[in-house]
Amino acid sequence: MKKLSLVLVIALALCALPIAARAEGTLTVYNWYDYIDESVLDDFTAETGIKVDYVMFTTVEEMYVKMTTGGGKYDIIVPSDYIIERLIKDDMLTPMDFEKMPNAKANLLDNMWTADYDVGNLYSVPYMWGTVGILYNTEYVDEEITSWSSLFDPQYKRDVFMLDSIRDTMGVTLKFLGYNLNERSEEALGKVRDLLIKQKQDGIVQGYLVDEVKDKMVGGEAAMAVMWSGDAMYAIEDNDSLVYVVPEEGSNVWIDALCIPKTSENAEAAMKFIDFLCREDIAQRNYDYIHYCSPIRQVVEGLDEEEAANPAVNPSQEIIARCDFFHDIMDYMDVYNKYWMEIRS
Amino acid sequence: MKRSFFSGPYALWMIMFTIFPIVFVALYAFQDNTGAFTIDNITRCFEGTYMKVLWRSVKLALECTVLCVLLGYPCAYFLASKDFSKYKTLFVLILLPMWMNFLLRTYASMSLLERNGIINAIVTALGFDRWNMIGTEGAVLYGMVYNYLPFMVLPIHTSLKKMDQRVIEAAQDLGANPARVFLKVTLPLSMSGVISGITMVFMPSVTTFAISKLLGSGNFMLMGDVIENQYMVANDWSFGSSLSLFMTVLILISIGLLNRLDTNKSERSDNW
Repeated sequence: MKKLSLVLVIALALCALPIAARAEGTLTVYNWYDYIDESVLDDFTAETGIKVDYVMFTTVEEMYVKMTTGGGKYDIIVPSDYIIERLIKDDMLTPMDFEKMPNAKANLLDNMWTADYDVGNLYSVPYMWGTVGILYNTEYVDEEITSWSSLFDPQYKRDVFMLDSIRDTMGVTLKFLGYNLNERSEEALGKVRDLLIKQKQDGIVQGYLVDEVKDKMVGGEAAMAVMWSGDAMYAIEDNDSLVYVVPEEGSNVWIDALCIPKTSENAEAAMKFIDFLCREDIAQRNYDYIHYCSPIRQVVEGLDEEEAANPAVNPSQEIIARCDFFHDIMDYMDVYNKYWMEIRS
Repeated sequence: MKRSFFSGPYALWMIMFTIFPIVFVALYAFQDNTGAFTIDNITRCFEGTYMKVLWRSVKLALECTVLCVLLGYPCAYFLASKDFSKYKTLFVLILLPMWMNFLLRTYASMSLLERNGIINAIVTALGFDRWNMIGTEGAVLYGMVYNYLPFMVLPIHTSLKKMDQRVIEAAQDLGANPARVFLKVTLPLSMSGVISGITMVFMPSVTTFAISKLLGSGNFMLMGDVIENQYMVANDWSFGSSLSLFMTVLILISIGLLNRLDTNKSERSDNW
């Protein structure tokens, strides 16, 4: 019995070890998959001597779970707007000090200071932004797509990819049905569920995926896909027949922003890193690599004519006007999750 | 005393990586999000949505196991027979895929099965219409069989290899024809290998999740996907845990049943 308790003590001690063994001068950055030109990280280390430990997630819900359950300790995270709203509400973020971030202060576009989840960027610095829309392949689609209704059109059998992301997929369906993007009513969500289940039963859906979709669209695997604008742009670069459109019913506009969790012990270095990302040459490299809309003035001004006319990288005011931000509906997510499981199972 | 000293590291290992996690899972399963005791999570497991997923998971896992037995037994039989004993390479070829990460192999399968994938390139070149493979239940089943087949072949092969050849010769001497020798001697004696093969294939396939996502294109949620979803998306660890616990109990019961079958069989073959 004594031996067993000794073993238990050792086991507990071992569990505690990794927390103590963190090197000074290292930043842990927790970002989306495929969301940075990784050579930028080496340059940051070369310039400042601060090492970067780079880890990635696929959906922002996954990031939120890892962050709040102590699955890892991060110095910089890149949540989306409605998650930032929640993190601010829960007092989990370190306030930003723009005196220490001259590039961010000077280079961020004016409309990047006014988003309603964090007016004035007190706790977050926009990293990339974009919209949700339909990417379609003109080789398979003869009409010009302007409405979400094409996603439910039976002539596109096994030809539509949906996003395996709860807020996006349910959000655009809500928009299609004429509801608010942040709808809180079981009646509306029930209609969304019925429509999405019918879409599946009619054999229109080829799959629910996230990261794999862009490569599949490049390879001509389907006629259309619900997609984030940057992924769409990535696919368009590799396949000329692809076109991105933000449907007329409206959609979601979003901002992914850099934040520093309260648990970070390296806030100074983290702000250095954020400021580094806002430097025009670094922002340009990241834009060239991932193709989401950049919040940095010089990058937007430097767009060539073709890019400037493309709604995937440079949505017009008119497009933005019909799009909304997601808001945090944490207390209502149980209902969303319930309907989501019914759709997906 | 001395001997138990050596078991120390294993005890530590078991406590850290088996006992602790199971205790945590069990604790979570009986808590609501405030930490109070509840059995709601357990009763929720029996809701229609999850029963449907469970049924699909079990059905696919059973199909996978049956296919693995049908494909794996002849394979192991021929590899263990004298004719093939010279060809060690064949055996290595069975093991070879296991040297690579299974996710990589599944991604590779994906590009085989896609609409413009390699198989369809051949099919259309031969003048046929494209086959719909990716995103179907068949594709998921294929991925599972492909991944778990070695786990069936290996134990059967071992049990056939260690079989006393003189028993078979005796049966032949006593006038049994080859079919009779196989059915009455070889098969019963290799049953323990088949049973452990079934266990090793059924368990991972009933809880699989990455394969169903990549080859099923996310169209078919299996129990593993639902549990992952509860942890990663819904952020409902309690319900995720109770689903895991539910699966653990289910697997325990099926292993228990299998073991009974095994002892019955070997008793019978002992009394033969």
